[in-house]
Amino acid sequence: MIRLFKVKEKQKEEAGNAKGRGPLKKQSAGELRLHKDISELNLPKSCTIAFPNGKDDLMTFEVSVKPDEGYYMGGKFVFTFNVSSVYPHDAPKVKCKTKVYHPNIDLEGNVCLNILREDWKPVLNINTIVYGLYHLFTEPNHEDPLNLEAAAVLRDNPHTFRSNVKTAMGGGRVGDTYFSRCI
Amino acid sequence: MAGSRSRDLDKLLLRPGHLVGPAFEPGTQLRDDLEEYVRILVVGAGGLGCELLKDLALSGFRNLEVIDMDTIEVSNLNRQFLFRLEDVGEPKAQVAAKRVMERVSGVNIVPHFCRIEDKELHFYSQFSIIVLGLDSIEARSYINSVACGFLEYDSNDEPLEETVKPMVDGGTEGFKGHARVILPGMTPCFECTIWLFPPQVKFPLCTLAETPRTAAHCIEYAHLIKWDEVHSGKSFDPDNPEHMQWVYSEASKRAQLFGIPGVTYTLTQGVVKNIIPAIASTNAIISAACALETLKIASGCSKTLSNYLTYNGVEGLHTKVTEFVKDKDCLVCGPGVFMELETSVTLKMFIDQLEEHPQLLMSGASVRFGGKNLYMAAPPLLEEMTRSNLGLPLFELMDKSPTGIVHVTGTAGKGDKRQSCLRKLRVAFKAVGITDTDMAGGA
Repeated sequence: MIRLFKVKEKQKEEAGNAKGRGPLKKQSAGELRLHKDISELNLPKSCTIAFPNGKDDLMTFEVSVKPDEGYYMGGKFVFTFNVSSVYPHDAPKVKCKTKVYHPNIDLEGNVCLNILREDWKPVLNINTIVYGLYHLFTEPNHEDPLNLEAAAVLRDNPHTFRSNVKTAMGGGRVGDTYFSRCI
Repeated sequence: MAGSRSRDLDKLLLRPGHLVGPAFEPGTQLRDDLEEYVRILVVGAGGLGCELLKDLALSGFRNLEVIDMDTIEVSNLNRQFLFRLEDVGEPKAQVAAKRVMERVSGVNIVPHFCRIEDKELHFYSQFSIIVLGLDSIEARSYINSVACGFLEYDSNDEPLEETVKPMVDGGTEGFKGHARVILPGMTPCFECTIWLFPPQVKFPLCTLAETPRTAAHCIEYAHLIKWDEVHSGKSFDPDNPEHMQWVYSEASKRAQLFGIPGVTYTLTQGVVKNIIPAIASTNAIISAACALETLKIASGCSKTLSNYLTYNGVEGLHTKVTEFVKDKDCLVCGPGVFMELETSVTLKMFIDQLEEHPQLLMSGASVRFGGKNLYMAAPPLLEEMTRSNLGLPLFELMDKSPTGIVHVTGTAGKGDKRQSCLRKLRVAFKAVGITDTDMAGGA
């Protein structure tokens, strides 16, 4: 290789970097894979996506879920997605922006969904995550609780759970917590 | 003049042999050229970086530069031997450079105390070889994309040798380590083999919240859940000792509540920052392998390791070299498919051409160039936002450069073999530079 280095040095001295146009802004493999996932999105009607940073920044976006059945029918819940440059090696970071009374979503917005953490595989994609989130609303699960009280109520008294969810979505107090309207 | 100082190096550089690399020309000219013309960048001035700077300086290289964004901490001192207690708090790159220059006369080391992303691409292009002593996948992926970004191909899809930017990558973790040689376009790049990395262990959030069983669960509870509850808005900084102390004390409280032993400050740091304790000898071994490969690449005095060496010192000592092959469809280092276009071709015409192109047969394509989405076929929101680009000439959308890399994604194949795929394209525009500026705005 050393002859090459010498030649390059001499060329540089003589030409003074004639090519001018240098390589462009660095694009990570994660961005490219995300671009593919986004262009293939096939979301259910109840879910929409928005890009707060414009059409060129796909690494940060928001998905709104409006369940059309179940306890949470009629409500609108917004999730923020943050994708890293080493996607899909790492799962996107997803948090719920809407305060919700739900056994698998806590009051800080952390979402307990297996594919976001321990069951993430690079073969999964944004579509599967959105479907997973939608599923959380159509089939809330008291067995993996992040919100202990909500899970207990769902398990022991589904009627109370239903009315608690309605109260929370309409903007009201459940137990010690006040929820803003999201319906 | 060089005398006995280069006695060992002379054995490699002044004599012919059976194991030498192609085009090897033994002689004092080679030794002098190594000193004068070869510029090496060492990325990282930590466990591997300190060893690398020492090894490379003592191997006859004279023009070194080192980049590291960290400052020295007490816990570094067991192995980052260029640092002393009084250096704590100083930038690693600067102290490392100073110490090696004090001990090895004639070597010049320029330190850079900044993040690797803060440097212009031109900075990296001036080095002959880039040697990595990094500690994360993200950083490696970044440097890999920079180095592979310099790679150009000829019309036979062969890499142009003068654009190949060699990298030597070392990594260690406890008693284990690896050293690999990356020649973009020739050996697999970092992305070609990213599947080698196992996924990181992640605990289910509900286990952390409700049913912790180990000390690590308690620590991650404090780190991921409790922190936000108490400090909502403020983001956790793993390098802030007060934040770490808070996590440690919350984790201890939780561990006590559940009767789980084993939460210590050291474990807290380890779990939160994903640290595995470092061992000086592993770093020394891996750096030595990397420095040797750097010398081989630069001088040709031996064929390089091909191409991935693993080392395991848990019991006894085991090393193995595996020859991985590159992924010809790699988005980062692959040649992609070459397309030559007129400057008048619009984005819509380009997308239509992809359907008929024999190597692509891609329909419904979305196009991305230089960090911008030129056209997105879906979702409807983005399709609307990018629809107006369809009528514009691709040449303009590509900032009027004569060549460029474009990525397209869509459905490819025929009949029931259709599947989605993501491809890299090398686009070149015909006859640029003549009088096509008139046509650029036209149909």
